[in-house]
Amino acid sequence: MADGTIGLWTVPLAVFGGAIRVSTPFLFVSLGECITERSGRINLGLEGTLIMGAMSAYGISYLSGSPWLGVLAAGITGALLGALHAGICSLPRVNDIAVGIALMLFGTGLAFYLGKPLIEPTAARLPAIDFGWWSDVPQVRAALRINVLFLIGVAIAPILFWAFRTTRWGLLIRTAGESSDAARAMGYSVLWIRLRATMAGGFLAGIGGSFLSLFYPGSWNEGLSSGQGITAVALVIFARWNPMLCLWASLAFGGAAALGPALQSVGVTSGYHLFNAAPYILTLAIMIITCSPKRTLTGAPAELSITR
Amino acid sequence: MDFAKISRRHLLRGSAALTLGSVLGVRSAAAADTTIGFIYVGSRDDYGYNQAHAQGAAALKKMRGLKVVEEEKVPETDAVEKTIESMVNLDGASLLFPTSFGYYNPHVIKMANKFPKLRFEHCGGLWSDKDPKNAGSYFGYIDEAQYVSGIVAGYSTKSGKLGFVAAKPIPQVLRNINAFTLGARLANPKATTQVIFTGDWSMPVKEAEATNSLIDQGVDVLTCHVDGPKTMVENAARRGAMVCGYHVNQSPLAPKAYLTGAEWNWEALYPKFVKMIASGEAIPNFYRGGLKEEIVKCSPYGEAVSAQARKHADDIKAKLMAGDYTIFKGPIMDNKGKTVITAGTDRGQKDPELEKMDYLVEGVIGATS
Repeated sequence: MADGTIGLWTVPLAVFGGAIRVSTPFLFVSLGECITERSGRINLGLEGTLIMGAMSAYGISYLSGSPWLGVLAAGITGALLGALHAGICSLPRVNDIAVGIALMLFGTGLAFYLGKPLIEPTAARLPAIDFGWWSDVPQVRAALRINVLFLIGVAIAPILFWAFRTTRWGLLIRTAGESSDAARAMGYSVLWIRLRATMAGGFLAGIGGSFLSLFYPGSWNEGLSSGQGITAVALVIFARWNPMLCLWASLAFGGAAALGPALQSVGVTSGYHLFNAAPYILTLAIMIITCSPKRTLTGAPAELSITR
Repeated sequence: MDFAKISRRHLLRGSAALTLGSVLGVRSAAAADTTIGFIYVGSRDDYGYNQAHAQGAAALKKMRGLKVVEEEKVPETDAVEKTIESMVNLDGASLLFPTSFGYYNPHVIKMANKFPKLRFEHCGGLWSDKDPKNAGSYFGYIDEAQYVSGIVAGYSTKSGKLGFVAAKPIPQVLRNINAFTLGARLANPKATTQVIFTGDWSMPVKEAEATNSLIDQGVDVLTCHVDGPKTMVENAARRGAMVCGYHVNQSPLAPKAYLTGAEWNWEALYPKFVKMIASGEAIPNFYRGGLKEEIVKCSPYGEAVSAQARKHADDIKAKLMAGDYTIFKGPIMDNKGKTVITAGTDRGQKDPELEKMDYLVEGVIGATS
């Protein structure tokens, strides 16, 4: 438009842009949790992993000047936390949910403690790729400044979907998740499979955290996650343990998070608390629609402690 | 150094000075044998509200005979009562600074009744005659600094659209939004301020989304009232918009985009409070002040601020410093067309009506609920 504004078009554009900007941590954490849960374990500690990832990525990026090194550090931190979870859970009679909650608190607390000196400095950020070159509307260009991590996440979803169905590793993870006895009968160590699956999940969740601190919102502070990790764990159930559905669910959550601010910016000001709650209302609605007391959730791995 | 040159006289003089010094030290410690407790709602190095208070606490730590205990991330629930009790019973704190708005009623009032001999200085509350005498509320008229920011923003905007990322529609936030807008309209009568409420004091993702939506709407100068302005400042600067800071000086985060900002000056106020207590002078239960009383200050102008803007802003700043300027001067209409301050009414800064503000002035796009 002539005066450089796009009026009501802001809302769909913001939801679209928000789906890209906000969804990446959801995407990585939910894909990671998808791998872990398919192997028969729930790692609720991913909230802590996400925050630890964000903190370590910011710290390493600040110290080394290379944001990609930060991403790697976040992944490694996440994998180590995953190994810790799997290690504790491999002891007899340990409940994975309780360990997850403990690790969530541990990760959060440790990140806040170690991250104290990182709140003030500004670290090198991840670059964005400009996909909006074809448009001369600055708002569209801004919405299409996309980070590589988002693209990687989008690529991982179908790869994972394919891997679960057709590769030997995918089959092993699913076997461990559906029937540990069957996996054992085949001569595989269930604990070993779950250890690797939890580490892989932690690795992805850590990278999701690095997106928060190194790209969007793009700095380290203690309110950074505000529950996104735990929301993403819930997303996996919502997405029925299907990586492709995890992708769509993450995009929907990202878009919904952008809805509240976008509506206010065009002058829809009443009930913004309700719009801010949109992602959660969405979850509840879908849960209610799809749940049935007569059967267990479709797609749920049989070995999960919540379905067993 | 040649040790042979240290004579007996030198030694005597040195040890005398040492003794004198230690005697003085003990005396001043005895005179102000005080432990002071600071309670923050968030992290004390958040580049924002809590950091401003922590800078004030740090100024007290430098004073002799004072011990400062701090606790951060204390929620605005009965958790603050537990923190106060432990600071009183375990650390022996006799002066407490619960620094977050939501601590006051009922938590601080309850604690002040329970410990009548201790002093509670709450930041932001509205002390009234019904409240305990050992509690007090202090606050700064930071809207004066926001007004000056508004003037600078009004001159700096090209689109005439300003943006305000706010946490919650409480009186202090609304007053800042209104003062910022009134200042901007002094410079540019057609300027509007679009406000977005994020719903809570620290929501980095929401703040970043709000910043992006505002800029998508054509807003080119932004300010905020959230606990940590870092997110807004960095994201706005990345999109090429200009910013006015809040709480502390954020110009290191965005040197090119930073115009000016409204800052607290607690490092001047807190030592003043302690000196008043030490000298037996009563701190008024209802303590307020602005630029003149050095409770708030403005950030130095950024390079993007025009000479015309500097001149106008300096002029108003000088008037505010002299104490003969009224920001909320009738007639003022709210953004629904209702007159909220009638013509001829001057609501001076100390007017308690202003602390009950529940409207947004003409020129603000947004609603309080």
